[in-house]
Amino acid sequence: MMPAPSAARASAYLDHAADTPVLPAAAEAMLAELTRTGNASALHTSGRAARRVVEEAREELAAALGARPGEVVLTGGGTESDNLAVKGLYWARRSGPGGDPRRTRVLVSAVEHHGVLDPAHWLADPATGQGAVVEELPVDGEGRLRLDALRAAVERDPASVALISVMWANNEVGTLQPLHEVVELAAEHGIPVHSDAVQAVGQVPVDFAASGLAALSFTGHKLGGPTGVGALVLRRGTPLVPVLHGGGQEGGVRSGSVDAASARALAVATTAAVATLEERAAALSALRDQLEAAVLAAVPGAVVRGPASAADRLPGLLHVTVPGAEGDALLYLLDARGVECSTGSACTAGVPQPSHVLRAMGLSDAEAQGALRFSLGRTSTAADVALVGEVIGPVVERARTAGLALVSP
Amino acid sequence: MRVLAALSGGVDSAVAAARAVDAGHDVVAVHLALASTAPSAVPGRARGCCTVEDSRDARRAADVIGVPFYVWDLSERFGRDVVDDFVAEYAAGRTPNPCVRCNQKVKFAALADRALALGFDAVATGHYARLADGPGTTTGGRELHRSHDLGKDQSYVLAVLPPERLATALFPLGDAADKDEVRAEAAARGLGVADKPDSTDICFVPDGDTRAWLGSRLSGAGSEAGDVVDASGAVVGAHDGAAGYTVGQRRGLRLGTPAPDGKPRYVLSVSVAERRVVVGSAEDLDVDVLTGDGAVWCGPAPEVGARLGAQVRAHGRELACSVERADGGELRVRLDEPARGVAPGQLLALYDGTRVVGSATLSSAVRAERATLRA
Repeated sequence: MMPAPSAARASAYLDHAADTPVLPAAAEAMLAELTRTGNASALHTSGRAARRVVEEAREELAAALGARPGEVVLTGGGTESDNLAVKGLYWARRSGPGGDPRRTRVLVSAVEHHGVLDPAHWLADPATGQGAVVEELPVDGEGRLRLDALRAAVERDPASVALISVMWANNEVGTLQPLHEVVELAAEHGIPVHSDAVQAVGQVPVDFAASGLAALSFTGHKLGGPTGVGALVLRRGTPLVPVLHGGGQEGGVRSGSVDAASARALAVATTAAVATLEERAAALSALRDQLEAAVLAAVPGAVVRGPASAADRLPGLLHVTVPGAEGDALLYLLDARGVECSTGSACTAGVPQPSHVLRAMGLSDAEAQGALRFSLGRTSTAADVALVGEVIGPVVERARTAGLALVSP
Repeated sequence: MRVLAALSGGVDSAVAAARAVDAGHDVVAVHLALASTAPSAVPGRARGCCTVEDSRDARRAADVIGVPFYVWDLSERFGRDVVDDFVAEYAAGRTPNPCVRCNQKVKFAALADRALALGFDAVATGHYARLADGPGTTTGGRELHRSHDLGKDQSYVLAVLPPERLATALFPLGDAADKDEVRAEAAARGLGVADKPDSTDICFVPDGDTRAWLGSRLSGAGSEAGDVVDASGAVVGAHDGAAGYTVGQRRGLRLGTPAPDGKPRYVLSVSVAERRVVVGSAEDLDVDVLTGDGAVWCGPAPEVGARLGAQVRAHGRELACSVERADGGELRVRLDEPARGVAPGQLLALYDGTRVVGSATLSSAVRAERATLRA
């Protein structure tokens, strides 16, 4: 008994950093594969057909990302890839061939996604007995890793560093991280670097071979592919201990029957996203700037967070904080007027918490309270921007009143 | 109307929200996070109104009903105005009702204020109570009445709402025949919470053991050991802290000296300042003059001499009484027949037929004859 949808009204989906519309070609490819039978590990004709689909997808993904096909490990998405990289690299660096148990330090930027932060802290939790020490490295006011802090942390005792994990682009404020310098520094000491590139692949140029990374995570649903499939790109010869043990699929690194339909769709979406990256980035960047101008014009006191220079951030992401308003009140009021966006940060049981990213950038909890992330994508239009410009002023005014209602005794 | 429906995760509030939709309102659902949201919060508490499971049930109910769903963090207000107040009241030797305070300070205050500020016209909850247009309707007067199903009636815990709060409240379950009807309706609507057990205990006391929960939180005079005495002042036992005792309590007294007449003894009064618990016979519990403060009138204040019904606990019996004083925040009534086990801190709610007149928090309950004798 779903109620009838309300009369057609203007709406704007501006939450592409959370999920993107699936590319029609990816959906078609997925549907076609879904209706076929055959386990890619089976030796019979159906199995071979499935295997061919998977391996062609792997080759396409490798080509799109500047990797070798054998370096692409298909997974269930970004969080799984991050967990596999952080835990798998840590374990492999401590034991097994070439391992050294003194490597206990896991260096991460303080603005990592929870997909990286949480497995890192899990390794350091005394209750898990994994013996790691996590060091969260500071960022500057634009959310960029402070390389001096990284250098100091590494050089304090390079032999004790198990791995470094620094995201390619931040999911809340869009900051592109200085990965080239991170990798260069790590290479001096033979330390593997993992990068969560979930927000970057398909948005900015990503060349795995040129990056010098040991491992890179990405996922389908941020670039026009389905949810529930992604990959860890793992440099050839990098020792990694699996998280999932079983049938030995994916080179023994990730057991579990490979989902051919999802792999196919991921390949179609990734290839398309990378191929159209430049023109889309230009278009999104222009729309984003219009959106920024519209929001700043309508909202007194709003502050744009993240890098000031377009070259240092994701093209389609705008993050603002609105003093005196609460993020969840803003979200509700915008949603009620057809604008779908996000506060950008994780929730606990649906309750917004002050963003660890904004805190790391030096914002107080009060400043971080009224956070709004607008993320544009393939389907975004000037009409979306216009709708935000139209409603954001009154919405903020009302949210500020509500904020006052809540703090009054 | 634009209606904000508070969803606890239970069956009543879910059906209430669905009925608000059926009534043609533009409904948005909200679940209140009332416990601390720190990551260390105990997962999966068995009962209550603020567990992760309840939040999930509430979200699912909103999905089924087809309305937007939000979680609002009111844990700070709840902690201060309900939980801290609960502890402070016990520490002072009184017996508070946290559900009353939650309605007064959180649901129909903090929540309602925020809802109105965000553009909503009313807050709907799953309480069993009815709102009716009173004679003063043209001036915005609405009356609060007992629910159609007197067995489920929850008007007592709402008797602290003044007219301006009643004006923006909505209780869609007030006309329900009974709880079975609500459960059947939930099942028919496909709401998975249809057979979820009712919450009965205090939501922030996880295992229902209020005494143990209080024990770890009380400090000061109320938590210090002292004497248990009888009405004559003779010491008949010892206690570990007077604040944990409630007037009318019989169990857990651990009295060394049996009563001369061999009859069970009950807590008659608690004095935290003197670290003393007074016990006596069941007859000694009889009181008929009830005095309260912090009075709230749901409509016009009653006249002195008015003949009304008094109720001193949720689902308690209604006792015939006369109003002796209703002045400023103070209220005094005299019961026609003495009643037992009435403790300071409880809410004294007054009824005129099914209509809720108002309430006050009991500051004293005595027997007129004894008071006269003592005077």
